[in-house]
Amino acid sequence: MDKSVNKTNKFDILGSMNLRTKTLLAIGLSVFILVLVVIISFFIDPSSITTDWSVMNKPPSLEHLFGTDWMGRDMFTRTLKGLGLSVQIGFFASVLSSIIAVALAFLSSFNKYLDSFVSWLIDVFLSIPHLLLIVLISIALGGGAFGVLVGVAFTHWTSLARVLRAEIKRIKTSEFVTISEELGKSKFWIARKQILPLVFSQVIVGTILIFPHAIMHEASVTFLGFGLSPHEPAIGIILSESMKYLATGNWWLALFPGLSLLILVLLFDIAGENIKKMLDPASAND
Amino acid sequence: MELTAKNISFRYSSSSRRILKDVNISIDNKKILGLFGDSGSGKSSLCKILAGHINKYEGEVRLDGNEIPKGFNPVQLIYQHPEKVMNPKWKMHEVLGESWDVPDDLLEDFGIQKSWLNRWPAELSGGELQRFSVLRALNPKTKFLIADEMTTMLDAITQVQIFESVLKIVKERNMGLLVVSHDRNLMDIICDDVIYLDDINHV
Repeated sequence: MDKSVNKTNKFDILGSMNLRTKTLLAIGLSVFILVLVVIISFFIDPSSITTDWSVMNKPPSLEHLFGTDWMGRDMFTRTLKGLGLSVQIGFFASVLSSIIAVALAFLSSFNKYLDSFVSWLIDVFLSIPHLLLIVLISIALGGGAFGVLVGVAFTHWTSLARVLRAEIKRIKTSEFVTISEELGKSKFWIARKQILPLVFSQVIVGTILIFPHAIMHEASVTFLGFGLSPHEPAIGIILSESMKYLATGNWWLALFPGLSLLILVLLFDIAGENIKKMLDPASAND
Repeated sequence: MELTAKNISFRYSSSSRRILKDVNISIDNKKILGLFGDSGSGKSSLCKILAGHINKYEGEVRLDGNEIPKGFNPVQLIYQHPEKVMNPKWKMHEVLGESWDVPDDLLEDFGIQKSWLNRWPAELSGGELQRFSVLRALNPKTKFLIADEMTTMLDAITQVQIFESVLKIVKERNMGLLVVSHDRNLMDIICDDVIYLDDINHV
């Protein structure tokens, strides 16, 4: 009996923390790594990934952590640069798609015709496969970073818009909104002062959770050749180029960049889920 | 001034049972009127109709024979549950500020401490919140106040304190007051007239 009560080990650091500290730690660590990747990718000198024929097709070593490609470029540097680019595109795409989601959700609360229009629009966008739509929009806009960004942004707003629309509907029927109306406040005032603060945390979490999808879709569209131009050091480009060399045994060309992308996406997911826990503690047990 | 409701009939859209039928009621600003009724008899529905919180009903509500003006409603309603009538993301000074600038002496009359103004609704008790909800409804432009079970959830001392403060303002500003409750004793003390809802409701 006496032993079972105080079983916490001095070295069991995670076990001795409460959920809040763990959550904060998870957010802090994942955000720290993500910010670090972006900052490092900014300061990488482009001359460090120029061709160097003397070290082409080298497997991973201490000198070249991720190996080198068929032109002697260091894959670790290229991957970092590519991840930085992915995060930037992911950032703009997810911010743009949450702006679309918020605007449409508020529009739907205005009257019932706009509401059915917005619901219809959500259904339309959900019924078309994301990848197809991104490719179409991207090509229509002339490809490149801008095309992919707009393509990803225009396909990822649906789930957030749906959640927000339902939430705004619920808030609109609450008594404090009715009281605001009877105090003579305008619809716009109520939307800005009463509803926006209540959905704000959902918008933030929604934006962060769009991030991983945006990054993955950017990479896959680029991989298929409809995205960023081949001159950019994007992960999608790196992966599609590596396909030609996999048969010759250069496995490191695809493995490490792919794995890094996966880790990056997972980090965003961890950060998003934990921030959701912090902002909305009731969801912590879901 | 007179607030009149003519031939009010009402049913909730989800139910077939009629709650109110051909209700006629008139509130004068010189008298304090009490509305008394059993649970579920439609007191709250009638209050919401009078204050414009329910819009789909038959009959008409008139203020001195005119339609209720758009914008600020001179008929203000105080709910029974103060937790539901405040935005949880607003501090208390924002809740009051939405309606009007409440002078310090009124805050004191209602037993509101200055430090409460910087708190969130979740940090105050029901009784403390109800004082804010009452003060918010006492906007200078308010002509009729409808108190729907305003003090039911409060203890006796707070009940007296809030009612005394409200009655003082009602007298000063010559406002109309409808007190709705199922507590007959309270009404006999406060009101000049008491109506039993079942007597005017023809369901």
